[in-house]
Amino acid sequence: MTAWPAGRARTATGIALICVLLAATTGYVLWRARAADSDGAWSLRPDRPGTVVYVDRGRVRQVPRGAGERAGRSAGKGPDCQRAAVAGGTLVCLRGLPGPMSSDVRVYRGPGKPQVTLPVWGEPSRARVSPSGHLVAWTVFRSGDSYVAQGQFSTTAGIYDLRDGDHYGSLEDFRPYVGGKPYRAEDVNYWGITFAADDRTFYATMASKGRTWLMRGDLTRRTLTALRENVECPSLSPDGHRIAYKKRTGDRWRLHVLTLRGGRDVPLAETASIDDQPAWLDDDTIAYTRPGDSGPTVFTTPADGTGTPSKLLNGASATAPVPRP
Amino acid sequence: MYLSHTRAADTTRAATPAGPAGRVPPTVVALGMVSLVTDASAEMVTAVLPMYLMYGLGVGYLQLGALDGLYTGATALFRLGGGYAADRFRRRKAVAVVGYGLSALTRLGFPAVGAGTTGIGLLLAADRTGKGLRTAPRDALITLATPADRLGRAFGVHRTLDTCGALLGPLLAFGLLLLLPSDYDAVFVVSFLIAAVGVLVLVFFVRERPRGEAGDSGGGRVTLRTCLRAVAGADTRRVVAAAALLGVVTVGDMFLYVALQRRMELPEEFLPLLPLGTAVVFMAAALPVGRAADRAGRWRLFLGGHLLLLLGYVCLALAPAGWTAAAVVLVLHGLFYAATDGVLMAHVAPAIPARARTTGLAVVQTAQALARAGGALIFGVAAAALGLGLTFTAAAVALAGVLGAAALLHRPGAGR
Repeated sequence: MTAWPAGRARTATGIALICVLLAATTGYVLWRARAADSDGAWSLRPDRPGTVVYVDRGRVRQVPRGAGERAGRSAGKGPDCQRAAVAGGTLVCLRGLPGPMSSDVRVYRGPGKPQVTLPVWGEPSRARVSPSGHLVAWTVFRSGDSYVAQGQFSTTAGIYDLRDGDHYGSLEDFRPYVGGKPYRAEDVNYWGITFAADDRTFYATMASKGRTWLMRGDLTRRTLTALRENVECPSLSPDGHRIAYKKRTGDRWRLHVLTLRGGRDVPLAETASIDDQPAWLDDDTIAYTRPGDSGPTVFTTPADGTGTPSKLLNGASATAPVPRP
Repeated sequence: MYLSHTRAADTTRAATPAGPAGRVPPTVVALGMVSLVTDASAEMVTAVLPMYLMYGLGVGYLQLGALDGLYTGATALFRLGGGYAADRFRRRKAVAVVGYGLSALTRLGFPAVGAGTTGIGLLLAADRTGKGLRTAPRDALITLATPADRLGRAFGVHRTLDTCGALLGPLLAFGLLLLLPSDYDAVFVVSFLIAAVGVLVLVFFVRERPRGEAGDSGGGRVTLRTCLRAVAGADTRRVVAAAALLGVVTVGDMFLYVALQRRMELPEEFLPLLPLGTAVVFMAAALPVGRAADRAGRWRLFLGGHLLLLLGYVCLALAPAGWTAAAVVLVLHGLFYAATDGVLMAHVAPAIPARARTTGLAVVQTAQALARAGGALIFGVAAAALGLGLTFTAAAVALAGVLGAAALLHRPGAGR
């Protein structure tokens, strides 16, 4: 090793370089903050037909259907969220708060402040609104991978009724039935709620002991009835007759559409493994999110299993204000 | 032979303490600052990584678990190799710079690699490799800059600053996300810039050799054999064996927190906050405990720390549920870290000749880390089969047994 260079000059150089770096850090943060500010004010309208509402870089956005690659020129912007859904003029938004595992469910009927804010414990996972816009649902998850077993997590799914303020904090408070008998295992988890048009019936996934079921829920009687096994993240079609969902095989999920009456089950054209709650953009089109190199990407594919998937836009959590049948 | 040689060197150094009494060498403070900013930078990434994968990239949650397994074993080899290279070329600082620099660069990789799980796995592996490379040279630099009788204090100062950084990291990350919602790239860039500050502090303010320190230059070429012989000294061997045995019977942190939350009937929401309790106590106690170790004997403190941990296990099993008991367990757990982490390095370093010290410290750290990983594995399997309560009792009994054996196995001379 050579002798240590003159101490004072070295110290001065070191301090100068560190100051430059700290100044660069501050400048960078301010520049990003300004860029975020210029992203624009609220212009989203949850009831505007012919549009898709989705989340991109942590903000709810809205584009006309078919805007495709021009999605950058979005027609509307909404609140900061990780997951969102619209229907019947209501926007529900799940926002992860800084800090471990805490989020807010925010419900908007128009621009500005949310009409309802509910704190929930977990990271945003799924969001849905009933066709009438009266009910909102959410799923949050909590990771247990670091201490229970790798890849394990638990979820909480809840519902809020905007009409009377009834708050169903967790489907675990409902009574589940499997094969006609009360199901009493303690390890049940629920996720992926979807609503029927009557504002009383809903569907969700129940998991227990390594199995999953499609459950039909009754909000008035607070019951859940198992209909079928291996149906995750159900999504009811606008006509109320079919359910799009992800079906598990091994460690992959394939999107399927199940006809409720008769049980016809059709795999969709998307062959990649999809971990998302699909959404109906209309009675014939399913939208879902795939991870992409530049972030999550929304694809669409025909609901009858034909055709090929095509990219809709960069973002996630896409839903459409579907007109009522 | 080596032992008597170094002991003699240590006494001469101790007889002429550098600087005013009660102060640690500036190099140690500088290394502490390097660790502070580096840990803050690393914990920023750790705090936002799950959210980034989930929302920034849209990678499903299940794929996240698969990432974890990639890097656990890989760092051991780099740690040993880095330690040896540092001794062989007498360039501890250079190896440390490579380690810190590599970890810093991985932060810029996150925005670049995109959604590929392989790319992210490789980045995490590179980050861990950097951590493996730098730890032993850094601790060796601390021991080479400090008189032997103040090593406990020096490591106390270093670990205080290190833990302080680990606590600051998540706060910085979440603060940034408050200012810039969902801007994960900004978190990575800021994390990189902060890590780069750490590298600059290391390059400009850490001195490889204090003036007048000759022990490093003599003795000819450092070969693998020299290093191995230095580590194979009876004293060091026993310390490694005892530390490894204790590592196997130490319950993994996360198991402890889960058991604590359940046993003390704390709300589940507080589970992620429990590690903060340990860290705060560790930060506050590292310096006083290090000073106590200099006076009362470092090995005694090291064993005493494990005794506190045992007390924590007993408290966990028997104390009435509630916040008070939970706080007591966390304080004991934090004190355990304060009395074992840096103190073990302070104890073992003087017994290893200066020219093979990085290798020696790397061996001790690797043995301890592998033993703890193995212990966590055994505990996990046992907990799945027997339940958390019974496994904890078994672990406590095993810890008590090993602690007794360790006290008998290695009894350093009265001077220590």
